[in-house]
Amino acid sequence: MTSENKGGLIIEGINKRFGDVEVLKDVTLEVRSGEFFTLLGPSGCGKTTLLRIIAGLELPDTGRINLCGQDITSLPATKRQVNTVFQSYALFPHLSIFENVAFGLRSRKFADEVVTERVEKRLEMLGLLDMGDRYPDQLSGGQKQRVALARALVNEPEILLLDEPMSALDAKLRAKVQEDLRRIQRRLGRTFLMVTHDQSEALVCSDRLAVMHEGRVIQYGHPEEVYDFPKTRFVAEFLGAANLIEAKKVPGGADTRYGILRLDEEPSWTRGLLAIRPEWIRIGEKQPGENGVRARVSEVIYRGTSFDLWLEPGPLRVRTSSYRHFRPGDEVWLELAADELTVLEDDA
Amino acid sequence: MKRTHPIITSLALLTMGFLYLPLLGVAVFSVNSARRGLVWKEFTFDWYIRLFSNERILEAAWNTLLLAVISTILATILGTVLAIGMDRFPWSKRTRNFLDIVLHIPVVIPDIILAAALVVAFGLLRVVSSLFDPGLLNMIIGHITFQIAFVALVVRSRLVAIGRDVEEAARDLFAGNWYLLRRVILPLLMPGIVAGAMLAFTLSLDDFVISFFTAGPESQTLPLYIFAAVRRGVTPQIHALSTLIMIITVIIAISTERLTRKDLFGREKK
Repeated sequence: MTSENKGGLIIEGINKRFGDVEVLKDVTLEVRSGEFFTLLGPSGCGKTTLLRIIAGLELPDTGRINLCGQDITSLPATKRQVNTVFQSYALFPHLSIFENVAFGLRSRKFADEVVTERVEKRLEMLGLLDMGDRYPDQLSGGQKQRVALARALVNEPEILLLDEPMSALDAKLRAKVQEDLRRIQRRLGRTFLMVTHDQSEALVCSDRLAVMHEGRVIQYGHPEEVYDFPKTRFVAEFLGAANLIEAKKVPGGADTRYGILRLDEEPSWTRGLLAIRPEWIRIGEKQPGENGVRARVSEVIYRGTSFDLWLEPGPLRVRTSSYRHFRPGDEVWLELAADELTVLEDDA
Repeated sequence: MKRTHPIITSLALLTMGFLYLPLLGVAVFSVNSARRGLVWKEFTFDWYIRLFSNERILEAAWNTLLLAVISTILATILGTVLAIGMDRFPWSKRTRNFLDIVLHIPVVIPDIILAAALVVAFGLLRVVSSLFDPGLLNMIIGHITFQIAFVALVVRSRLVAIGRDVEEAARDLFAGNWYLLRRVILPLLMPGIVAGAMLAFTLSLDDFVISFFTAGPESQTLPLYIFAAVRRGVTPQIHALSTLIMIITVIIAISTERLTRKDLFGREKK
């Protein structure tokens, strides 16, 4: 796999424990050169520890890290072509914005002209050019975040690590920064590796993502792929919303509380779970050809761009566009189409 | 806003009076021309002028200053190194707790115990070298032993406030140990170091017990001089001397307070 991934990052069999706690369990990942990769998981899943191991701020107990064909497992942070945007930004409060950004160049003794040129270029790119003389405590949260980004990018790292870069921003700004970050990454064509617990952030930004849970990588791939075909109950519920249906395997499908449902793929279990996203359940007046369920609307929740309907038996959540009005008590037909039902790997 | 009860206000005023009236009295009598008694005669700077022509007092002042400056410089360096070592080295939890207790002992232990211990220690060392005969060197070492703890505590609380984030950021930005220390840790630590040093300086300036047990015939300090003089009766000269020491202490205390109130880059907080 090294040959196909010359400029990328390869993580193999990383284990890490703090005292009695196993934080990372045999984590293997490949981040391709030039892609935006996201580690997504709830707090405590080990994603930040993995990021710190890649940055060189923590040593793994076992396993190897390879960056651009070079084994960097035991290289100290100061020797790695890796830079980090910290969750707290960790700007130097006693240095001006210019000197903050220049820090990585100055510590490597670049000539003054080179420092000035490269720092100004980055400040300009991030719209901070007139902030150079200010100090971190004079900036807003969004500006601080951009300074942290400039400070890391000015070193032209092989891989940029971002540790929950938006957790300190308010919701509205976050949406804008997500898109900005994605654009900056495309424009520079550099490898970005982000850690987040926010699924929408992961979906907006990433070329590929990995879902982590309890120290393991559960699933990784393109965002659409992981969203459309979650492998486990955890992924289905963590990434977006999902209806989970208990099922028993029968020839050609599964026996559920909604009757026999035809499935496209054959389950590996005899008793297990099926998942279907709320927006994939078709809702109508007429009985569909197969996998139809007669249901009654029990609750309608308005969400601006859509409605969420809770239906009985179930409860099943259905997301529908807002021009169709349903009221509690309405009797409807649902279609749990075979190509929309995902068979989860978990045993029931 | 809720108004404070008159009883609380008067209690606060009483406390302030209790604390500061005697000091004010000393200051007043230092400019009173009456030689004894509690009668006000007329205003004079005479006692201050006589103070500065008294050889023994000048010598004691010089010793006090020399002792305070040397011990403070050494204690500040050692205390800062100790604080960094205690906070940043990956000690095991048990060792860390142990070091913590060891650091607090000189702060809480009665001076007299520390002084007695020093007397024993210097007694043993004297067998090895006559350098440890009672005198200024012993006093400097004695002062450093308790100053270190105060400096280390102040600097360490600053270290904790700075946090490890900026250090990790500096390492991530290719800073080696020396560069990290010079460009990040020391500048951020400076208000803590200066505050610690000023605290150590004032402690040395008015220390009596440790000095008393370690001083030699040639190393009289002001507190020792005052003690000896007061036994022969309090003179207005002593009032004048005490007032001067008080003023110096107040100046140091105020500037320490101002310094720690400033933020990390020496600018006033909003």
